[in-house]
This record gives sequence, structure tokens and C-alpha cells, in this order.
Amino acid sequence: MKKIALFLIASVLLLSCSDNDNNPPANYTVNFKFTQNWDGSNFTAADFGAFNFTNAHGETLSITKLRYLISRIVLQRTSGELVPIDGYNLVDVSDPTTLTFTANQQIEAGDFNKISFVYGFNQADNQDGAYPDLNAANWNWPSQLGGGYHFMQFEGKYLDNAGAQQPFAYHNGTAKVSDGVFEQNYVSFDFNTDFSINNNGDIEIKMNIAEWFKNPNLWDLNTLNVTLMPNYQAQKMMQENASTVFSIGEITTSN
Amino acid sequence: MKFKTYLLFFGLCGSFIFYSCSKSNSSDSDNYTPTPLTVEIPAIFQQLLPPPTIPQNNPLTEEGVLLGKKLFYDPILSGDGTQACASCHLQANSFTDPNRFSVGIDGSIGTRNAMPIFNVAWSINQKFFWDGRAINLEDQALQPVTNPIEMNNTWPQAVASLQATEEYPVLFNQAFGTTTITKELVAKAIAQFERTLITGNAPFDQYLQGNTNAVSQQVINGFTIFMDPERGDCFHCHGSDTNPLWTDNIFHNNGMDETFTDRGLGDITGDPLDFGKFKTPSLRNLAFTAPYMHDGRFETLDEVINHYSEGLVYSETIDPLMKFVSDGGIHLTPQEKSDLKAFLLSLSDNQFTTNPAFQNPN
Repeated sequence: MKKIALFLIASVLLLSCSDNDNNPPANYTVNFKFTQNWDGSNFTAADFGAFNFTNAHGETLSITKLRYLISRIVLQRTSGELVPIDGYNLVDVSDPTTLTFTANQQIEAGDFNKISFVYGFNQADNQDGAYPDLNAANWNWPSQLGGGYHFMQFEGKYLDNAGAQQPFAYHNGTAKVSDGVFEQNYVSFDFNTDFSINNNGDIEIKMNIAEWFKNPNLWDLNTLNVTLMPNYQAQKMMQENASTVFSIGEITTSN
Repeated sequence: MKFKTYLLFFGLCGSFIFYSCSKSNSSDSDNYTPTPLTVEIPAIFQQLLPPPTIPQNNPLTEEGVLLGKKLFYDPILSGDGTQACASCHLQANSFTDPNRFSVGIDGSIGTRNAMPIFNVAWSINQKFFWDGRAINLEDQALQPVTNPIEMNNTWPQAVASLQATEEYPVLFNQAFGTTTITKELVAKAIAQFERTLITGNAPFDQYLQGNTNAVSQQVINGFTIFMDPERGDCFHCHGSDTNPLWTDNIFHNNGMDETFTDRGLGDITGDPLDFGKFKTPSLRNLAFTAPYMHDGRFETLDEVINHYSEGLVYSETIDPLMKFVSDGGIHLTPQEKSDLKAFLLSLSDNQFTTNPAFQNPN
């Protein structure tokens, strides 16, 4: 009798355990929210065209276009396991639908301590014509400058010393050293950030636009304004200045 | 494989839509299904572009496209029965008007050059007209019929004219499963036909596909100028070897005027930042689409190139990509201009303007 009772108890326990083991782990949807600011003041499409900004060098400017590419987003669990997010996102500030990038996979709940991504495309990803949506978006970077795709198109106008409006087109991509010789120009970011995922939610990736003009290279729009794509020095300055442009903002993936 | 996928997609959508239409509109055609259309996607599009944008509620079918073509060429839609879509969108001209301004049924003259019609299923934002006022192709197809300076009709009258014929109710039934004609179905049929107007086999396409004999060295030189940010810098708005649409399909002020008699996109959005902006036209088939620009002010490609080279003028909304405006532009040399022109003409597809599939069926 005792044996039968023990068997029954053991069966119940086993069944319970197996039930627990068969429960699918909780998975959640994570959205990446791309926001822009000018030294802390939000920048949206409503701010296009307004001469409301002064860069670190002192030029007053307006912004008329801001598009940039983020790829290879990776979340790192505290265990060290990496969770790569498929795809890339071309942010176009004039198109609200591009300001949110939803991971096309559910992410298993857990604790995380790092968020990584690439500004632009790394060398392996930056292949001529490889992405139909980016081709149709006219996002390519000329092959004579190294090919692949733009990383950013940041355009607008600044007031020159006479107060006249002059154009700038701060376009960033592969750097051309000399004819046929090119240098990678993307930037990889790793942000140590403790957060949990136990709910559907957002991870905010912030761009401080003003940083493109000041750190470590103070940018003088009077000398560096248009035709920057074939300018090796300008391209490398952009890459260096990118280092302080991005940060992680609000994370709402936990209760 | 992609091509086959598109066919399957069209087929599935077609079946679905027919099912919907037959349920709601016609009790005697429940078992009828329009035939999903096989459309040929140019190889270079298959390689480089997303699938064409086909609305789920208007899939391509053989019957729908045939009806759309008939309507496109039929003056019955106009107020006095004299003017069809094709009157101002001529196949020989890549479906634009060789006249600077089109003339309406009452002799009214417009203020813009008719836009050419091709590759519209790849217009990524699906905004049509020079000023983007149509939010999709069906919306676009609705507008000229009632425009007082174009076909100057009313939709109730146009629909009544179609309904009174013997053939159109039959054709609508074949295409949409109903003999009751509506303006929405007219627009759908015309849009279906327009989505089949695909061009992507110009000499430069062949060159990009590996036929090195398809173009001359001068064309290749011209393409290098086109892609050079220090010279032509055309690719920022006009596509490239990886964007075979040869347009970005968005809106720019390209430095034509200091003040605007036509505000373009700005008249639609009301935003002063959009004043003087017009949709970038594709560079395909330029050999057939003169005159050029939204108002057809340039009769030749030489004039167009001269404009960008030394004729730019400043206005507040001028695109920042228009460089050295105070000097009129970048000042290309005569040889560079000649090379650039040769390249531009290599994007013209003779097969498109003579394709029997697009000709008047009436």
C-alpha cells in the first residue's frame, strides 16, 4: 500500500514537474524607439526648417532632412548569451513609421546588461545593392566612393557670416582614401545597461544631433558643408563625432 | 523564384477579391473568378527592387487590365466624349504629352506637363501627380475625369455613359463580378492597366546585367559623372545602378525659380517648407518624354543639363543638394555635359513605347 501511495505521489510530482518543463518560456515583443534631440530638446519633423539651432562652432542652422541607418542590434543577457535582433532600420525623421523598429522575433524574458548596435553597416553587411528596400529608398553610396549604402543623410542650411542661408549636406558612409582604396567608417556601440524583459515594451535609442558638430571634432560649417562624401578627412571626423551621438534612453520592457 | 512568387501573390489576391466582390455585388457570378495576371518583372527589378506595390483590394487580373486599357483609351470618360487618358498620355511618348501643357476638352490649357506613366507600382510612397495630391494610383485615376481643365466631366455622368453601353457592363462583370459600374471600379481598372506599364530594358539596363557592348564608353563616362558628388551628383535624387527606378519618388525644389507661381507640394500640404517642391520624375525614357520639368519649360535635355550646371537660382526651399547656387551650379565642361546626356539617353527603352500590349484596343 505504501509503495502504491509513494508511486502515486511520485507520479503526481513528476507530472507537475513535466508540466512546468513544458510551459513555454514567456516571450515578449520589444520595440526600438528612435528619438532625436538637440542637446536634450526633442527634435521632431515639426522642427524641420526652423533656424532654431546653434552648433558648437556658433553657426545658426536649420535641418531639412535626417535619415540614418542602424543595424545589428544585439541584446546581451546577464548570462552572457547574445540575442541578435534581425534586420536593420532606416530612420527617416520625416516618416513616423520609421521611428519605431519592432523586432520580428519574440524575446524570452530575462535580465540583460548590454545593448549593442552598429551605426551604418559593418563591412560584411555593406554590400552594393543587397537590400531592395534601401535601393528603392535611394540609400546607396556610390561605388567610386566605396559602395554599399549611406549611413546618414543629415541636411539643412546654416547662416554664413553675412547672414545668408547656405546649404549643408552631412552625408556619411565609407571613406575613400584614394581611387580604389577605401576605409570602413561605421561605428559599433556597446552600452552597458541593466534592464529586464518581462513585458512587451520599448527600448529608446537616442540621437543627440548637436554632437555631430562638436565632440571630439569642432565642426565649422563655413568650411565643411557640401561635397563631404568624397572628403576623407570629413568622413573620418564624422565617424569620430558619432561616438557621443547615441545613447540609450527609456526602457519599458519590465513591470 | 521572385517572379513566381509575385504571380502566386497576384493569383491569391485575385481569388480573394473576386470572392469578396461576388459575395457583395452579384449573385449570378459566384463561381466566376477573374484570371490572375502574369506580369513580367524586368530582371534588374527582380534583382534590386522590392516586389511591386499591388493593393490587396485591387489585384491584377487579365480581365481588369483589359478593361483598364479600354477605358484608358476611350474618350467616353470625358465631358463631351472627345478626350481619353491616352490623349495626353501617349505611348509613343512613354505615356506623357509632347505638348508643354495639355489642352482640356474646352480648350483650357493646364500649367504643368503631363507626367509620364510607367513603373508606378514601384512609386514607394504612392503619391502621384507632380504635387503628390493623389494618395494612391486609384485616387490619381479618379481626378482627371472631373478636372475642369482636363476631361471636365462628372463621375455620375461618366458612369452613366459607361453603364448605357452594351459592352462595358459585361466587361466590368468579367473584371469585378458585377455589372453595376462605379467610379471606384473604373479607377481600379485603369490603375490595373497602369501597373502593367513596366519599363526596364534600356541599353543601360542591359549593360548593368552584364552586356558590356550595350552602351558606349561615352555612356559609361556619363554615368561616372552622374554618380560623382563633385560633378553631376544626380544620384541623390535620381537613382543609380542599384536603384533602377532612376528616381527617389519624393519631392524637391531643384532651383528653378526665385519665386513661385506654382507652389507644387506646398499647395497640397500648406507647409511653406514645401513651396516649390515637385515630385522627382524618373530618368527613364527621356528620349521620348520632352519637354522636361513639371512645367515643361525645357524642350531639350541640353537645357536641363545646363540648368543644373549653371542655371540654378536660389529660393528659401531650395534643396541643400543643389550646390554652388550663387554661381548657378557646378559648371560642367562641354565634354562632361555631352557624356552625361549620352548616359541619360541610354536609359530609354524603345520596346516600351512600341509594345503592342499597351496599344489602343478600341
